[in-house]
Amino acid sequence: MGPVTAGVLQLLALIGALALVHKPVGAYMARVYSSSRHLRVERWIYRGIGADPDAEMTWPAYLRGVLAFSAVGVLFLYLLQRLQGVLPGSLGFSSVNPAQSFNTAVSFVTNTNWQSYYGEQTMGHVVQTAGLAVQNFVSAAVGMAVAVALVRGFARSRTGELGNFWTDLVRGTLRVLVPIAALAAVALVACGAIQNFSGIHEVGQFMGGSQQWNGGAVASQEAIKELGTNGGGYFNANSAHPFENPTPVSNLLEIFLILVIPFSLTRTFGLMVGSTRQGYAILATMVTIWVGFVALMMWTEFGHHGPALQAAGAAMEGKEVRFGVGGSSLFAVSTTLTSTGAVDSFHSSFTGLGGGIALLGMMLGEIAPGGTGSGLYGILIMAVIAVFIAGLMVGRTPEYLGKKIGGREMKLAACYLLVTPALVLVCTAASLALPTPPHSMLNSGAHGFSEVLYAFTSAANNNGSAFAGLNANTDWFNTMTGLAMLLGRFLPMVFVLALAGSLAHQQPVPVTAGTLRTEKPLFAGLLVGAILIITGLTYFPALALGPLAEGLA
Amino acid sequence: MNASVTNTARLLGAGLRALLVLTLVTGVVYPLVVTGIAQALFPGRANGSEIRADGKVVGSSLIGQPYDLPLKKGQQTPEPDLRWFQGRPANGLGTNTVNTQYHLILSGATNLAADSKVLLRQVEDAKAAVVRDNSVPGHTVEPSEVPADAVTSSGSGLDPDISPAYAALQAPRVAARNHLPLARVEQLVRDHTTGRTLGFLGEPRVNVLELNVALKDLAAKS
Repeated sequence: MGPVTAGVLQLLALIGALALVHKPVGAYMARVYSSSRHLRVERWIYRGIGADPDAEMTWPAYLRGVLAFSAVGVLFLYLLQRLQGVLPGSLGFSSVNPAQSFNTAVSFVTNTNWQSYYGEQTMGHVVQTAGLAVQNFVSAAVGMAVAVALVRGFARSRTGELGNFWTDLVRGTLRVLVPIAALAAVALVACGAIQNFSGIHEVGQFMGGSQQWNGGAVASQEAIKELGTNGGGYFNANSAHPFENPTPVSNLLEIFLILVIPFSLTRTFGLMVGSTRQGYAILATMVTIWVGFVALMMWTEFGHHGPALQAAGAAMEGKEVRFGVGGSSLFAVSTTLTSTGAVDSFHSSFTGLGGGIALLGMMLGEIAPGGTGSGLYGILIMAVIAVFIAGLMVGRTPEYLGKKIGGREMKLAACYLLVTPALVLVCTAASLALPTPPHSMLNSGAHGFSEVLYAFTSAANNNGSAFAGLNANTDWFNTMTGLAMLLGRFLPMVFVLALAGSLAHQQPVPVTAGTLRTEKPLFAGLLVGAILIITGLTYFPALALGPLAEGLA
Repeated sequence: MNASVTNTARLLGAGLRALLVLTLVTGVVYPLVVTGIAQALFPGRANGSEIRADGKVVGSSLIGQPYDLPLKKGQQTPEPDLRWFQGRPANGLGTNTVNTQYHLILSGATNLAADSKVLLRQVEDAKAAVVRDNSVPGHTVEPSEVPADAVTSSGSGLDPDISPAYAALQAPRVAARNHLPLARVEQLVRDHTTGRTLGFLGEPRVNVLELNVALKDLAAKS
């Protein structure tokens, strides 16, 4: 069997596994977020928080919960890093400097997990497990909570109530993320990922002498890093590091973990709005884009264009032998079409077009299937835009799932859509216009431009992967990517929750012969088209200067 | 005004308490439980898959390491010890720059672009070296025979594996340097080749450390 066939078979196996679990997992999540019963441990937690888990919230109250919880999260994680030097269980590592601590705290709270630090030399056990890994859980749970609030906006009528943020947060963490992550973590250890709390390990080498590495709770963090579409690696090499991702089996398991919640949430959505076919239309849109991108990535990576890759004979620079080109391409697409940003191979050394595909995946807004929660609310916003476009074509007031898409709804959706491109393009342009930031580029020319464009695309879309040649540990990049991550995460959430509130107030309009059938393949096709065209129009000039110029040279 | 300040404080307090409780669950209980299970079920793997030879730990089967000669006076880069199978280049690997009381390996890739002149030079130099080192009397290696993994740096810089093609290419040299019959060394490579899991997962590979440990054994016996 050739490597191309093996790569395609891995893709098919992954599709099979996801198809198998998406119904039960989606149905389970629908029950989790709809149930009126509380587990005993959850009652203790609500008492600890001091929140009434059954109190319904309007959209501003829900938003205030999200913002308060996230603000406290940033501050806590910042202080943990600043105090690392005096914390026990930190391997004697010194405190992290202010700019980097700010960047990292924001990065993990916003589900971005952009890393301007080297994990193995910077973060001790306490910061990794009690700081960074905790945000891996809760930032994902916040994303899911906001998505569920939007779904409730579609599902409910003549009410301002969107559920309770604390309940959604706690249930998402305890009932969804923790059990799956625990199972996956043990499976990863079985493959060879490490899981211990020993200090710096000094082991002998074959040729004499010794090497030092740190132990740590790697497998437990790796599991939630992928499941929560976070992506912040314990080690600098992320999921390319053999202790994080030791075998081809662990590689496929990690890709599966990245995709399982975002894809399954379409089922949750369908069940909660009372029409699983609506969920299938969204799922079909996601799958079409994801499979298309995987095919393109494999085509360009197996083709290995570019002088250095031609000389080598294959695109193996920055890739591990055990994963090969196929497994690496699959991972690269899955991580950039979600908000994960974990890497099992280094995108900067991909072919020019391969790097461009990774970049374009993030520019789509990470909606195919997107991050945990953020993918679902992102694509639902695009669905609103798509019915609006369809409404313009036929001259009818657009509606989606029985809710009228009027002026207020469209303004909110349009604002959502404009946030990340504005952040990406303004920050990239500013970085290139100023005298010192360009010094951070490793490569020159089109690829150097791509490094900066990639950094801000990754930050504003809360992805976290990088063209890692860029030296992002400067005050400029730490601050600006930090701001891009914050605004790119929470401004869209404001618009999503406002939209949810506005939809929940509406009385549903009855389906008539003139209603656009949003559960049909035609609509899925329209949605794919709208996503590609809107992204293309927004980013084409920037892509032409970077990856297209490099790939077509 | 006062009411809104109080409300904000109350909300932030709730946020802090929620964070602390969830930190206890996901940042303390969860990793400790997973560690307990991992240490009970898979102690060897949970602690880094260490390999022993002659009673001494010689590394981890998952972490690639150099097989170089000791540095001579005035030498900047060490030369490979051609008695042993060589792993992949690791031009992206670093050493720690903070917390320098340790000598930690910093995993990483070169991040050089496909059109980078620096990367092109690295690949061409590596290919020339592979051809030079592996051409033994009676067997000349052609540049076209050199597989890609032999001349490119991996993602982690710690890739423990090489392709079966690169191992086979090194076999005649290794056999000559260790005064072993070529057939024995080729058999050794075949014995240490891992195929694709289930026939389609990943790529076929040879673990360099395990191969060298077995080679040392073989050389000592004959």
